Amino acid sequence: MRHIISILMENEPGALSRVVGLFSQRNFNIESLNVAPTEDSTLSRLTVTTVGDDRVIEQITKQLNKLIDVVKLVDLTEGNHIERELMLVKVKALGAQRDEVKRTADIFRAQIVDVTPSVYTVQITGDAGKLDAFLQAMAPIGILEVARTGVSGISRGDKILSL
Amino acid sequence: MELLSGADMIARFLKDEGVEYIYGYPGGAALHIYDALFRQDDVKHILVRHEQAATHAADGYARASGKPGTVLVTSGPGATNAVTGIATAYMDSIPMVVLCGQVASHLIGEDAFQETDIIGVTRPIVKHSFSIRHPSEIPTVLKKAYYLAASGRPGPVVVDIPKDMTAPTERYEYVYPKKVKLRSYNPVTRGHTGQIKKAVDMMLKARRPVFYTGGGVVTGQACEGLTDLVQRLGYPITTTLMGIGAYPQNDRQSLGWLGMHGSFESNMAMHHADLIIAIGARFDDRVTNNTSKFCPTAKIIHVDIDPSSISKTVRADVPIVGPAGSVIDEMISLVQGREPANPEALGEWWDKIEGWREDRRGKLYEPAEPGEPLKPQQVIETICRMTRGEAFVTTDVGQHQMFAAQYYKFDKPNRFITSGGLGTMGFGFPAAMGIKLSYPDDDVVCITGEGSFQMMMQELSTCKQFGVGVKIVNLNNGSLGMVRQWQDLNYKSRHAHSYMESLPDFQKLIEAYGFTALKVERPEDLEPALERAFANKDELVFLDIYVDPREHVYPMQVPLGSMRDMLLSKTERT
Ligand SMILES: Cc1ncc(C[n+]2csc(CCOP(=O)(O)OP(=O)(O)O)c2C)c(N)n1
Ligand SMILES: [Mg+2]
Repeated sequence: MRHIISILMENEPGALSRVVGLFSQRNFNIESLNVAPTEDSTLSRLTVTTVGDDRVIEQITKQLNKLIDVVKLVDLTEGNHIERELMLVKVKALGAQRDEVKRTADIFRAQIVDVTPSVYTVQITGDAGKLDAFLQAMAPIGILEVARTGVSGISRGDKILSL
Repeated sequence: MELLSGADMIARFLKDEGVEYIYGYPGGAALHIYDALFRQDDVKHILVRHEQAATHAADGYARASGKPGTVLVTSGPGATNAVTGIATAYMDSIPMVVLCGQVASHLIGEDAFQETDIIGVTRPIVKHSFSIRHPSEIPTVLKKAYYLAASGRPGPVVVDIPKDMTAPTERYEYVYPKKVKLRSYNPVTRGHTGQIKKAVDMMLKARRPVFYTGGGVVTGQACEGLTDLVQRLGYPITTTLMGIGAYPQNDRQSLGWLGMHGSFESNMAMHHADLIIAIGARFDDRVTNNTSKFCPTAKIIHVDIDPSSISKTVRADVPIVGPAGSVIDEMISLVQGREPANPEALGEWWDKIEGWREDRRGKLYEPAEPGEPLKPQQVIETICRMTRGEAFVTTDVGQHQMFAAQYYKFDKPNRFITSGGLGTMGFGFPAAMGIKLSYPDDDVVCITGEGSFQMMMQELSTCKQFGVGVKIVNLNNGSLGMVRQWQDLNYKSRHAHSYMESLPDFQKLIEAYGFTALKVERPEDLEPALERAFANKDELVFLDIYVDPREHVYPMQVPLGSMRDMLLSKTERT
């Protein structure tokens, strides 16, 4: 099953490489990974999506917790959560394609954020499934370039991941 | 307030931390530190002849004493030479702090002379690592390093020290930090009481129980408690290679050790058990054999300080995360005043076990016929007898290691010192050196093979310089015996590079360093040679003992089988 694990870790040099290294050392799989500082400058938040059966996911969370730089983590997929990813896509936009791209973008509530005579750059956010669907819809028109941030997430309701 | 340079802080910190010996080798990036060591007398530095030996010596000391060993090496090749020893310590959860010199901060990343990203190189084989970014952080970082190395599940910690951090001209305030806190690191101090209760209830109801305990009981200094618990219940106990001596092996309840070359009765008891009480052991593949066939009828209680060890390879029915010591103590207080519920079943269980024991009695190996070469097993038995089972025994890796583990009987923990997890040839001799320096009044014997010994034999020079009186027993079978055994069994005796051509004349080699070496070729020469070797505690003596090269180590688990699937000799299997 696919899991989204959010990790609070020390904002220290080398911390990221320990987390990433762990995945390759132990033959765990990484689908996407995203990392950025938090409101507390001593902490970064890293979100990783991975796939594995219960035994593998249990090992992943235990091994991550064992890293000294990891302060706390949560497997978001264990509860209700919000999952978002941002994607920027450059698509061909010539003649009739321009309307077509615009219409599809509207349907997906995506925005066109940059325009040239032949190219539209579209920005879209959502869960990974929505982004995939958008790419599929755009494919016949002609996708030139894709930049995805990888999944970020947060649990729903009052539950908080903090120190 | 005291102002010290980074280098002086290191020397001072080591003293304040109570470090007696450090093992190391100098080089450019570490020279400020060496100068600081020169200007003090509290911490003794042992100059090894190869950095790998420094790590093994520190490791040997740590295994014998339970305290972290300390290593100091220079950047680049000095640090990379230490890697095998760091990995060895990591695999066996041994506390160790490795201080590595590094090129000056402004040169990092420029492929400077002797620059290696040692933090990167060692990342998968350390418990944690630090890079010093300002001289003033040296005392706290070192304190954290020692704290991390020794607490929780112990392990090696690397501290990378750029040369400018130790410059004599830069001085900062030094205060020895008595304590440090790491917000992200809080090793458990006790197990979950509900789980422990549940475990004890299962233990009392068991019909065919076995204790299976490992290095965690030794590191957790829980051997007395374990012995008490096991004796109160009257249950059989088997240990891992790392757990040898946690329970007296000469006691009736001890089945010896288990796994690939473990005792017949241990492996049989595990396979037929209805309850396995695992404490501080990690169900590794050299123990379990094929996990899908592992202990088919057993429920499993698993106590470990490291949650990630639990249910990693074999699913635990009752997981208990906690240190062996406090969990065992809690178990004892819960067992107190209660009796096992099934005395009859337990009686039958013991009958079965005694039957297995009896099956193999006198059949473990065939003693040498007159005129035949010595059997390695016989050599170990004799050494055990002559040292009253009380020596520190280190080993290298191979057949001699397994024979040492099988035929030397240990009643105390921290005495059998071997590279279990990584299986590092070259470990035994430097480890013995590290132990002997801290335990000068004890017998320290390194049981080695001619293959392994040649991987670290340069340390003879270190022993000469520091007067280290270890005894080296070379079970010379003229081959990489364990490799040869596998080739006999799996490759129709095609001995691809498992022979040892051009062995040195060990006697001459040893004598070149000014030590005594005795060659033993006939059975009747063995005892006199051992007597000579152990006559003087301070003297290094090397025994080159020619043993039967055709000998195999048995029992041997059959690959992909269950624990009870074993070869028992060249002609028998279960
Ligand atoms: C550093 C290292 N290289 C290779 C091996 C693989 N290996 C395991 S046992 C063995 C043979 C050891 O020979 P020797 O030291 O003579 O011991 P014997 O088995 O003959 O008693 C080898 C090569 C190892 N364990 N460690
Ligand atoms: Mg050999």
